[in-house]
Amino acid sequence: MTQGNEPIIVFDHVVKEFTVRGAKKTMRAVDDVSLSIDEGDIFGIIGYSGAGKSTLVRMINALEQPTSGTVTVMGNDVSHMGEGRLRPVRQKIGMIFQQFNLFSQKTVAQNIAYPLKLDHWRKDYQDRRVKELLEFVGLAEHADKYPSQLSGGQKQRVGIARALATNPKILLADEATSALDPETTTEVLQLLERVNKQLGITIVLITHQMNVVQQIANRVAVMSSGKVVEQGSVYDVFAAPKQPVTKRFIATAMDGLPDPARIAVMREQWPGRLVTVVIRQRDIVDANGDVLVPASGQDISDLIAAHGIHSGLLYGGIDTVQDIAIGAVTYEFTGDPAKIDAFLDDLARGSDIVDFGTKDAPIDYDTAVARAHIADAPAPQGAQGTPTLADDLEMVEDVDDVVEMNPDTARKERD
Amino acid sequence: MHTTAFDHTVTLASRSDWSVLKPLLAQSVVQTLQMVLITIVIGGVLGLVLGVILYGTRPGNLFENRVVYRVLDILVNIVRPIPFIIFLAAMQPLTVKVVGTSIGTTAAIFPMCIMCTFATSRLVEQNLVPVDHGVIEAARSMGASKFTIIRTVLIPEALAPLILAYAFLFIGVLDMSAMAGYIGGGGLGNFAIAYGYQKFDQTVTWTAVIIMIVLVQVVQALANAIAKRLLRR
Repeated sequence: MTQGNEPIIVFDHVVKEFTVRGAKKTMRAVDDVSLSIDEGDIFGIIGYSGAGKSTLVRMINALEQPTSGTVTVMGNDVSHMGEGRLRPVRQKIGMIFQQFNLFSQKTVAQNIAYPLKLDHWRKDYQDRRVKELLEFVGLAEHADKYPSQLSGGQKQRVGIARALATNPKILLADEATSALDPETTTEVLQLLERVNKQLGITIVLITHQMNVVQQIANRVAVMSSGKVVEQGSVYDVFAAPKQPVTKRFIATAMDGLPDPARIAVMREQWPGRLVTVVIRQRDIVDANGDVLVPASGQDISDLIAAHGIHSGLLYGGIDTVQDIAIGAVTYEFTGDPAKIDAFLDDLARGSDIVDFGTKDAPIDYDTAVARAHIADAPAPQGAQGTPTLADDLEMVEDVDDVVEMNPDTARKERD
Repeated sequence: MHTTAFDHTVTLASRSDWSVLKPLLAQSVVQTLQMVLITIVIGGVLGLVLGVILYGTRPGNLFENRVVYRVLDILVNIVRPIPFIIFLAAMQPLTVKVVGTSIGTTAAIFPMCIMCTFATSRLVEQNLVPVDHGVIEAARSMGASKFTIIRTVLIPEALAPLILAYAFLFIGVLDMSAMAGYIGGGGLGNFAIAYGYQKFDQTVTWTAVIIMIVLVQVVQALANAIAKRLLRR
């Protein structure tokens, strides 16, 4: 995915303020963002509504101008260009939208031909290009239909075809799948992946759905209250989220970690030793190659066999992020308590585990989490850098206060 | 003598001479159509321009300009509620300057065009407002200029309701044309008043009324059919 390393989009200390109508004050939608997006990336920008991500992405094609700072796109400082000079730049940046924004009075073919008309293509070239694009998005038989006759997924595919018409280098996707059902979302995401891989188009994807980022992005930036609070490769951010807001997002995409109620239910049904094991297929390393968070749960099957422990898999979820497995599974281990202790000692050497005890000798949820054994990592600074399993479990509980994130800024942005 | 169905039902019917009235009626129809069509074309086009300016300068729109919007908005609000018959009188000095005379059919067309422009502008503005901002943003993202967006996106997207709005205007303009008689203009309104009302001949009055009703029906049916074909939503 990351074939080129050249940054194609660079935000340099970008600030965007809006004056709040009526009141004589300004609202800062984007707050000192510096970000660089490489050619060939599928770059996810995730955040709750009102976090400023829509405004940020609209500065790439200069639908919004920054209050201060610069946005450089393909070598052009688009933050200080007139509408006239922006035209050729905009033709190299396609955009798709949550509500598709198709022209309702134009047919599918006319919608796709619109950007070609703007670019003064000859009619026969237009027709050929429209046909080509319709085939690429798999809508060849719908050329003469009107948008109202199409399903949501088909509409978005027309939107994609229209955005690709003038052979752009960049595709901006503003919540492009948020209005679609899960199945259609996957279809559209697969199409976007083809756009990226086959056509080499850099994609900037705004979303509030973590699983969208997880499915196709290679890099991600997390936005909260106008700031980019965390960014990196999608796997690293998934496996070792640092900020509370990031953890909340990840909790929505992963369901491997049991909550206290779930543990209580399981304890009733399975009286043996309940243990949650975190699965991380590989180490998370920093820029210098130092391990920040080690892999976890990779030798569990071998250890179960070696110790002759009887195990039952009760609960869990493993997802792949950038083709690397990540998640958590909860087991019930039964048999000789001494053997189980020895087994757990071995297991804890290479894995993050939480021991909830047995039905007869339960370990209170909070105590268990607090006591959770974190695999012996060369992990340096404990305080803020490395997340502990306690954080991971905590984030499940945090999901409830998601809505209270930023009530003030929650509006405005997209009106 | 010519008799019509109305002679039997209208008690106050007098014996008007239809051999005299017929050519007068034909002339009145021509005058009415002349006034209405010229007004619709001139006032309609000017109103479209003014309406697009009103819409475009609204806060948050393509040519956002608070001052221009407020001034035009107030101007339209001042002119529109003036009863046309009074407007006709009030405009007289300006009509003389522009048309050269303040009486006759031609003199009536000038104030009609002005009033029609203001009425149209508001209707156009109101029918452009519901156009989804998203499609305008999409066109901007493709590099379309503001004028191109108005021509190729905004108006096509609102075309069906705009056609219905113009059909509505036709009725308003027909109404205005009926008052042309007060300043010596002709038309069906004048015919109905001069030869019907003032001569106590209901048949004549109702003949004019029915012709106007038929005119309106035809225009409305035509507009409905076009709008229906155009509406793709």
